Amino acid sequence: MRRWLWPLGIFLVLAVFLGVGLTLNPREVPSPLIGKPAPQFELPLLHDAGKTFTQKDLLGKVWMLNVWASWCAACRDEHPVLVDLAKSGVVPIYGLNYKDKRPDGVAWLKRFGDPYVLSAYDEKGRVGIDYGVYGVPETYVIDKQGVIRYKHIGVVTPRDVKEKILPLIAKLNENT
Amino acid sequence: MKIRKHWILLIFLFYAWGAAQAVHAAQDAALERRVQQLSAELRCLVCQNQSLADSNADLALDLKNQVREQIEQGASDRQVIAFMTERYGDFVLYRPPLKATTLLLWFGPVLLFAGGLIALFMRLRRRAQTLAAPVLSAEERARAAALLGEPATRREPKLP
Amino acid sequence: MIPELGQFALVLALTLALALGTLPLIGAAKGNAQWMQLARPAAQGQFVFVAIAYACLTYSFIHNDFSVLYVASNSNSALPLAYRIAAVWGGHEGSLLLWVLMLAGWTFAVTVFSSHLPEDIVARVLGVLGLVSIGFLSFMLFTSNPFDRLLPAAMDGRDLNPLLQDPGMVLHPPMLYMGYVGFSVAFAFAIAALLSGRLDATWARWSRPWTTTAWVFLTIGIALGSWWAYYELGWGGWWFWDPVENASFMPWLMGTALIHSLAVTEKRGSFKSWTILLAIFTFALTLLGAFLVRSGVLTSVHSFATDPKRGIFILIFLVLVIGGSLALFAWRAQRVGLGGRFEVVSRESLLLTNNVLLLVATGSVLLGTLYPLFLDALNLGKISVGPPYFETVFLPLMAPALFLMGVGPVARWKQATLPELALRLKWALGVAVVSALVLPLVMGKWTPLASLGLLLAVWIFASSAATLSARLKQTPGALGAKLRAQSLSYYGMLLAHVGIGVLVVGVTMVKTYEAEKDVKLAFGESVALGGYAFRFDAVNDVKGPNFAAQRGTISVTRNGAPVSTLYPEKRVYNVQKNPMTEAAIDSGLTRDLYVSLGEAVGDNAWIVRVHVKPFVGWIWAGCVLMALGGLLAVFDKRYRVAARVARERAQTAVAGVAS
Repeated sequence: MRRWLWPLGIFLVLAVFLGVGLTLNPREVPSPLIGKPAPQFELPLLHDAGKTFTQKDLLGKVWMLNVWASWCAACRDEHPVLVDLAKSGVVPIYGLNYKDKRPDGVAWLKRFGDPYVLSAYDEKGRVGIDYGVYGVPETYVIDKQGVIRYKHIGVVTPRDVKEKILPLIAKLNENT
Repeated sequence: MKIRKHWILLIFLFYAWGAAQAVHAAQDAALERRVQQLSAELRCLVCQNQSLADSNADLALDLKNQVREQIEQGASDRQVIAFMTERYGDFVLYRPPLKATTLLLWFGPVLLFAGGLIALFMRLRRRAQTLAAPVLSAEERARAAALLGEPATRREPKLP
Repeated sequence: MIPELGQFALVLALTLALALGTLPLIGAAKGNAQWMQLARPAAQGQFVFVAIAYACLTYSFIHNDFSVLYVASNSNSALPLAYRIAAVWGGHEGSLLLWVLMLAGWTFAVTVFSSHLPEDIVARVLGVLGLVSIGFLSFMLFTSNPFDRLLPAAMDGRDLNPLLQDPGMVLHPPMLYMGYVGFSVAFAFAIAALLSGRLDATWARWSRPWTTTAWVFLTIGIALGSWWAYYELGWGGWWFWDPVENASFMPWLMGTALIHSLAVTEKRGSFKSWTILLAIFTFALTLLGAFLVRSGVLTSVHSFATDPKRGIFILIFLVLVIGGSLALFAWRAQRVGLGGRFEVVSRESLLLTNNVLLLVATGSVLLGTLYPLFLDALNLGKISVGPPYFETVFLPLMAPALFLMGVGPVARWKQATLPELALRLKWALGVAVVSALVLPLVMGKWTPLASLGLLLAVWIFASSAATLSARLKQTPGALGAKLRAQSLSYYGMLLAHVGIGVLVVGVTMVKTYEAEKDVKLAFGESVALGGYAFRFDAVNDVKGPNFAAQRGTISVTRNGAPVSTLYPEKRVYNVQKNPMTEAAIDSGLTRDLYVSLGEAVGDNAWIVRVHVKPFVGWIWAGCVLMALGGLLAVFDKRYRVAARVARERAQTAVAGVAS
């Protein structure tokens, strides 16, 4: 009898994996950039094409980079959460306006409120690719050394802010 | 066959926005073939399991253009793939890289194949050893034959 | 009212399934004839009630009853009638109902075509099918009820997914499900054999026609799905190694191993426990497929609305049914005899080797499909396993299998010798080698893969011809009489093998010689590809019943002579709004011309995708030949003769007792 138990054994192992698989989300791709320095960029500002912004400006600060666009419906769902977070003043939020039209982006912020210290204008989405953006909105938390510590794909909910982002920022601000 | 709403929305938006994007078709046919071959091995991240080559999603077009640009600038296939994995991780590769965690994936079939053949060989040998006596009892044979509507003698195992 | 009736019918069907899944099995175990006799009426009643439920849902679709949630989510008043009927299986709940209908239908068929079987076997087979039915019916009633009401009713439905509004939708899922569900019958026979302890060659003969029929349906179902994806998805691929495709391919591979193994068990009494195990595996893989498609553990181009709760249900069911069966197998398999003796070189061992190759191929597909899940579950990162992997792994496994396919039918049962085989096959081998060297040159480009593919394909054709001619030589009489003397199942085998050869030709040619281009074309501009010129003439607006489309006109010429005019479309369906690509194809014996519209660039130019696909039609033609081969085998008269003789004997026996 023992000789014929191998099919059952293999099957049960498989079933355990399938069971664990049910608890996972196959769509969420972890970023390989976490723990790595934020990719370099220098982009014009959304509101002022004459000025530029680079991630180097923020060395020594803990900050958030939020990728958004006026054509992104999910960004609208997320927006009030960001506005509230910006009001609390815990962390400066910088925007990366991704593959948008300048007037559309400006009008969108006017209409829904502007939580961003400033928004960099990534017209062709090249910086987006460097940051591994694949589903707008995406949000990055970057530490004082300019290292990406956290990436959130999709809409940031108030719960995400409370349970993930705020504790992380507090921790990052402690380490000098 | 619905996809989760959130994703429908996202994919739709990518599509809608992609409408305006022009794919600049490279002149060089050989270059184009390389772009095609490479992008067939890269996964479109916003799609439901489609390669960059097959997808018309906005991000897929952007990434395909990246592939083309890099090849035009003389990058090797390996460099293009490295560029993609630095940004999106191994997930973008339809041909998983060989590393400790994928050893079993790549060598599993070989192991199965070897194991299968060895098991088969052992079975056949043991079988040849044990098969010295008729396996069906006379009664079983008669019953089988009756059920099949055949004379019992046809099923007699021939012994050496 | 009608939906409630449907739901009530489902509850009744479940009640009957509960009776069917218990009483006859207990009756068979205790030798209680009355309980065993309950099996047939219970199975037939179950079928009637499931059919009523199915008719009720169809009625709701036809009459646009948008107070039924499932109808509102998958139909629309503007949807043409044929698609409203097909929309019944357009989503998770309804497709599950279709599955259950087919399961009940197969069960019903067993009650009709089983008069030659002993009562206890019938009771057990039907009982096991009843157990499977309990699982699916309660899955539907408890997690995925298609009759759930939507209150207040929707004004109009959200429409059937535009991808599914295609003739392929009408045919592909029913065929595929007939195949999947058919393997439950093979499984039920296997379990009945284990339960009764009567694992003899007779068992194989009983279960063979059922298994082959299921395999025929699955073959057609997969081929239809592949063809549908080819013309509907708009990028010209016909197989993507997507998890859902693999989910249908794995039972097919295992089922193919199973029908070969059954042949040996029937003819020679060997491989019995192996055959049983294959029957269990094949069925397990169909359930695994249902799990993968419906639980959302993997991402797929063809995925259903997914819900982990459903996943848990199927998983528990899978563990109970398959775990139980494999435990039963481990407990009982030892009692199975070994069967007839055979030598290391013999048709038996060749078939067994091919079985191992098919099993390893299935295992590799399973490994590749689930590996991302394994890694993710162990928190070792996320990866994708796609076509490059499967192609790398599959080819080295299939090449020897295809080679053996040519040898097997020529080899004798029990004992064959290598010199004899070589003698018989030397011409076939010669023809294959010469073709492999020459044919690619005729096509204009010689590559090792093209050569290998053609070698194997021609080898299969030539060796099939060799076995046929050897067979005919041994048969006395004129040619007509010789041909008639061979059994249908023999011809079926040959035809199915030739079908594989045809498929191999198609795959090889497409992979090696296909050409494609994405180009920006202004009206009046042409692109040349594979010896054809495609001129982009115009794009016009057209209106369909429930969509608006932009239809391109592309004239194809070869050396100036007109070949065809193609009308690819870009559709936007009124309700769901997402753009859909309808490719236009000119199909031919030796090539398909395939064009699809990309995006508009400015006012009078478009991105157009053009393909020339040599011999692509042979892929599906090969599948059709395989299915026809299977069909011939099912209609072999020996099954009917044996059935009739057994029936007559049973009757005389009854008459003898009575007198």
